[in-house]
Formats: sequence, C-alpha cells, structure tokens
Amino acid sequence: MRLGVVGFPGTWSYCDFHYVISEVVRQPVRYVWHRDRDLADLDCVVLPGGFSYGDYLRAGAVAGKSPVVEALGDFAARGGFVLGSCNGFQILCEGGLLPGALMRNECLQYRCQSTSLLVENVDTPFTRGMPPGQVLTMPISHGEGKHYADPETLRTLKARRQVVFRYATADGQVVRAANPNGSVENIAGVVNEGGNVLGLMPHPERAAETAMGGTDGLLLFQSLLGTLVEDGTFLRR
Amino acid sequence: MRVRVLVRLKPGILDVQGAAVQRALLGLGFGDVRELRVGKLIEVEVEAGAAEAARARVDEMCRKLLANPILEDYTIETVEGERLAPH
Repeated sequence: MRLGVVGFPGTWSYCDFHYVISEVVRQPVRYVWHRDRDLADLDCVVLPGGFSYGDYLRAGAVAGKSPVVEALGDFAARGGFVLGSCNGFQILCEGGLLPGALMRNECLQYRCQSTSLLVENVDTPFTRGMPPGQVLTMPISHGEGKHYADPETLRTLKARRQVVFRYATADGQVVRAANPNGSVENIAGVVNEGGNVLGLMPHPERAAETAMGGTDGLLLFQSLLGTLVEDGTFLRR
Repeated sequence: MRVRVLVRLKPGILDVQGAAVQRALLGLGFGDVRELRVGKLIEVEVEAGAAEAARARVDEMCRKLLANPILEDYTIETVEGERLAPH
C-alpha cells in the first residue's frame, strides 16, 4: 500500500503528514504535486493544511479546481481513500468532493488551539479503531473553519451518519461553548456518502507523537491502515 | 468587453465581517446604519464580440470558480467605456 501527500503552492502541513506516515506509522509515502493527475500507485491521498494558492478568492477555491483535485474525483469514485485536513477539508468542499462549505470563523479570529472532538461515527474507514463515544484531543489552526450546509443537506448528512467529528467538551458534551469557530451544529469533520473521503478541520498529524503533546491523531492513521490491510489493498502493492 | 461581477453572501447567511464593520461604524458615530453586508467586486476584461457573449462567458466563470453557490449569489453587468485599470 502507498500513501500520497499533496503539495500546493502555499501548503504548510505536507512535511508533517509525510513525517508521520513515514516515521511514525512507517508506511510508504510520496509527495504529489498539485499539477499531477497520475494517482494510480496510491491507495490514499492526503490533502494537508495551509493556504493553497494563498487562499485567494476563497479558502481552497483555486486548489479545488486544480489538476490533482480533478483527478481525485475519479480516484475516489474508484474507492481510493482521501483525507483532507484543515485547508484540505476546504479544498474538498470547494472541489465538490464533500458537501457544504467552510466560512470565516464566527468570532472573526484565527483560532490556534487544542480542541476536543466527539467521534460521532466509528464505522468509517478512518475511525473504525475508535470505541463509540471516543473523545479525541487535536489542535486546530484556521481562520475559516465554520462548516455550513443548507438545512436540507444538513438533514441528509445526519441521516446518513456523515458527520464524523463534532467539537465537544473534554467529557464529550456537544455544546456551544466548545465550538471554536461557530460551525453549524459543532461539525468538525464529515465523510462523503461512500465513506472513503473524509474532511476535518483539526490536524491529526500534529497529534501523533508524545513530543507533540498528544497522540490521538494516530488513531485516525491506524484506523485507515487497518482498513487498507483488511480489504487486502496492501497485498496488491 | 469589460464585465463587473458582484459576489454577495446569500440572504440569511450570517455575515460576520459585515457585522464587525457595522460595529466599527457605530463606534465612529454612525449609529444610523441599519444593516451592512460585505461582498466582493471582481472586474474581468474578456475577449468577446458582443455584451451578451461576454456575460455568458463570465457567468460560466462564476459557476466554475468565482462564486461558491452554497454560500453566495452573484450579479453580472457589462461596463461601457472605461478601462478596468490604467495600463
């Protein structure tokens, strides 16, 4: 099996993701440039955080129409796994791979802090290693992380259990006070209908070693690797 | 052909930037501001023979990139007789 980490001009977290995948979870990984369309050797593509193309126009808007994201449509349709964190989540929404959009934080401040996340759905390929009701601690670092979806889309998201993470208190209470950016119903991460494309505002790659202050982000990587092992993907490489 | 695109948040979507600017105006003594919303102006100079063709082309640009249909509405107008920026 092999993972790819995408770099756009202005991406900042790609070395962090590459480091965690190669040095912490010890899996083969390569960088993917934003102009690349060939993803055939990859099982999972990561869109890291940062400010792709300077986030001009809207966060993730230009990257959402880039060659690599256009290729991701086919990649995901064939069952490939896609993980977008922070700017990566914004890009997936702008590129139409995930529902909704990400707006300016309601507080208008850039928020760089630790958050507690309630895992709402432990039956996705990205969360299957977590027990129901698990609360994870991961940092956020963004100015435009308020997820918005119109009421109809929101109903569908909830009915299909596509809301994977919500901002919560340390003991798992989903309340307004635990919401760092004004996200509708405290949504911090969603999956697509097929369950193989996940976007979240928090940074799992920044909570992957004790030295970083926490290792909860590793659960996401380990869940994904478990999925790739179980479906036999790693045997085909 | 010169085309002007006005992109605004849809009605009903909270505009936190607009609210902050309104509060700032209030602090400057403009307590008579009832509502304020911040939008985006995009000026495009496009090669086209007729205004209608230019508008159609820019409409396509709006749907593909310039506006996010989940959050924003846009209007398009062609502009006669002035350059977008001095060359």
